[in-house]
Amino acid sequence: MTSIDQDVPPALPRRRFDWRFFVDMPLASKIGMFIILVNLAVVVLGGWLAPNGETEFVGGIWMPPSAEHLFGTDQIGRDILSRIIYGARTSVLIALGATLLSFSMGILMGFSAAVMGGAVDQVFSRIVDALMAIPTLILALVVISVLGSEVYVLILVIAVLDSTRVFRLSRAIAMDVTVMEFVEAARLRGEGLWWLMRREILPNTVMPLIAEFGLRFCFAFLFVAALSFLGLGVQPPHADWGGMVKENYNGLSYGIIASLFPAGAIALLTIGVNLVVDYILARQNRSAAAFEEQEL
Amino acid sequence: MSDLLLEMRKLRVEARGADGATNRIVNDVDLKLERGEVLGLIGESGAGKSTIGLAAMAFARTGCRITGGQVIFDGTDLMTQDEETLREMRGVRAAYIAQSAAASFNPAKRLNDQVCEVAIRHGVMSEQDAVKRAVELYGKLHLPDPDSIGRRYPHQVSGGQLQRVMSAMAMTCGPDLLILDEPTTALDVTTQIEVLATVRDLIRQNNNASLYITHDLAVVAQIADRIMVLRDGEMVEEGPTDKILNDPDEAYTKELVSARQAVVKPRIQVALPEHPVVAIKNVTASYDGRVDVLKKIDVVIGKGETVAIVGESGSGKSTLARVVTGLLPPREGHVEFNGKPLSAALRQRSKDDLRRIQMIYQMPDVAMNPRQSVAEIIGRPLTFYFGLTGQKRDRRVIELLAQIDMDPVFAERLPGQLSGGQKQRVCIARALAAEPDIIICDEVTSALDQVVAAGILKLLDRLQKATDIAYMFITHDLGIVKNIADRTVVMYQGDVVEQGSTVDIFTPPQKEDYTRKLIASVPEMRTDWLDEVLRERGDLFDIDAKVPA
Repeated sequence: MTSIDQDVPPALPRRRFDWRFFVDMPLASKIGMFIILVNLAVVVLGGWLAPNGETEFVGGIWMPPSAEHLFGTDQIGRDILSRIIYGARTSVLIALGATLLSFSMGILMGFSAAVMGGAVDQVFSRIVDALMAIPTLILALVVISVLGSEVYVLILVIAVLDSTRVFRLSRAIAMDVTVMEFVEAARLRGEGLWWLMRREILPNTVMPLIAEFGLRFCFAFLFVAALSFLGLGVQPPHADWGGMVKENYNGLSYGIIASLFPAGAIALLTIGVNLVVDYILARQNRSAAAFEEQEL
Repeated sequence: MSDLLLEMRKLRVEARGADGATNRIVNDVDLKLERGEVLGLIGESGAGKSTIGLAAMAFARTGCRITGGQVIFDGTDLMTQDEETLREMRGVRAAYIAQSAAASFNPAKRLNDQVCEVAIRHGVMSEQDAVKRAVELYGKLHLPDPDSIGRRYPHQVSGGQLQRVMSAMAMTCGPDLLILDEPTTALDVTTQIEVLATVRDLIRQNNNASLYITHDLAVVAQIADRIMVLRDGEMVEEGPTDKILNDPDEAYTKELVSARQAVVKPRIQVALPEHPVVAIKNVTASYDGRVDVLKKIDVVIGKGETVAIVGESGSGKSTLARVVTGLLPPREGHVEFNGKPLSAALRQRSKDDLRRIQMIYQMPDVAMNPRQSVAEIIGRPLTFYFGLTGQKRDRRVIELLAQIDMDPVFAERLPGQLSGGQKQRVCIARALAAEPDIIICDEVTSALDQVVAAGILKLLDRLQKATDIAYMFITHDLGIVKNIADRTVVMYQGDVVEQGSTVDIFTPPQKEDYTRKLIASVPEMRTDWLDEVLRERGDLFDIDAKVPA
């Protein structure tokens, strides 16, 4: 280097987000992405998109789909399309909130257990064992009956129950990483627990966690639906997808398909999320394979 | 007598990368092997030597394909045979001995079952005959209790014995061709001799044709009739062993021959330092509180000094490093740092103490977070210890990269995008970033090719001269100790056998039997070394001294 060069601040190249992530996407994942975006739009815009009000009676009961009411009407004569649109907000937000919360708790506890080991690991693991020993739905029913079915209670209950599984997964994969020498090197440097978890372990476990997120998000969704179905979820007259399936399923015996629309909405979002998750995983595997090639 | 067994003509093997591009691993290699002849294939990792070895059985690893040329085995072109015929031939007429016997055996099955499996499965012999043959081979390979050792499980025999059992496995069907892929690389030097000697005898007795694959020229010199030097999938040079060792034509071969003998710093007499950086005082350490892995160890390391800790696996040398770094608090004794006692446990040490003791690991692949760029890896100690951020940090990272002879463009790379030698350099830069008083080097060159390793040693030496860092150099390779260490500590099963200036330790006559045995076991670059050692070994090399209790 000459002396002139030294006055120029050296610019180290930085790695940025790779936009090819979207370009390389196969059609299936693009469809998945589209489904997620549409759902998000519905969540955000909500009432502006709905042709009718959430609890507005628009006609006869269980009217078949028509130009006026695309998905027909429900068991007491409300527009199903409007209720699905209104219900999106509650259903998606509860599922998303619960999953995010359960992952935060599960990862935090799982990673701490793996990094600290010993007593911390024992205490956390035994608590989780105890929680998992009780059937999920029954535990949820008990807690919700006592605390009431407020939205935050629902989110909290689902999150806590789900976090046990996240805990087990994140503890196991973090264990694999903590024995690596780069974690030992960070420990020798004197790094704290937070750095070890966030910078050394998380980046190396993020892929299985994302895959699990896709799955658990769908389960949370179905769990809300199941609770609503049992009458403990979102309370009427507020719309939520699971509750709508419950309200209308009696019609199936008479050949009335009203309950299939909210059920389809749940299925569609579930599939959409998983299509994108699949792509993220495949991409990860591919770059891992590319590294291995280089090793040869 | 010309009795050609294997011939490869213009062999070409390609690997398909993730992006669909093909990459030639072996490019137009010609090879001839006669019955009873041993051909050594030598080169660095990535030279394609294992690929050629496998191609001798018309086999390619997953992701690779033999795309051109002929492999003629005993008169038939294997490339034209169907998979069924090839399966019949593999294991029976051509057998493969892999580097890591421990990884090649099923831990849940007894040795005999695995040794005899191929012979029985291929219908070559009955189970009874196969076991009889195996016992006979165990005897020839000098394994203890040939009659009963086959009934043990893999974990019940030592590493060297397991490698010999694997040789027996390859020999049961009486193959014409034996492919040995680094069969002694994972072993301690004293064990290596056992395996080398027995394998060589067996090949001579059975008149097998063999391909002996290794990166260690001194090892192959003992066993091969001819040597083929490979680089990047192409043949560099081929010739009789003597010629390659003593009078190579190509520059690359010359480099390979000299890499092992590279003397970095010949030191004369060294006195014990008066004010040592690190003083290990009467340390006894144990992992479970019952068995002492270290027994009353005293070692001092002075400023700017390189102290080699040598010993075979299980000698406690890595445990000593764990005590110094604080990962394993000693049961008795303590470590002094710059004259002051150092807290035993990592957590009680001050940030400054942590900074002053740095470590470099054997496997750079796992010593760096695969998700952090080189800039992050080197930059973190700068931020953590000195609070450097932004441009100041970047500038220092570039300086450090320059010190390890790497271009700033590497800053954005991930460890997976670096070569083995580059990875180890980055690990050195990370240690250097902390501006330590001492760096503990734990087998830092063991995972590297010889030419690359020589580069790393030279770099370490240059850095020591510039910054007066002390090195605690842990290794099993006495070949490099002789060339880099001021003082040497020889360890055996948790005890210090002997310590003193390297010159004293290495100049015969050695005071201690173990030291003598260890030094005598380091392969030398001449063809008659093994014979000489075997002649002289007497009581020092009791081949089966290591039967586990």
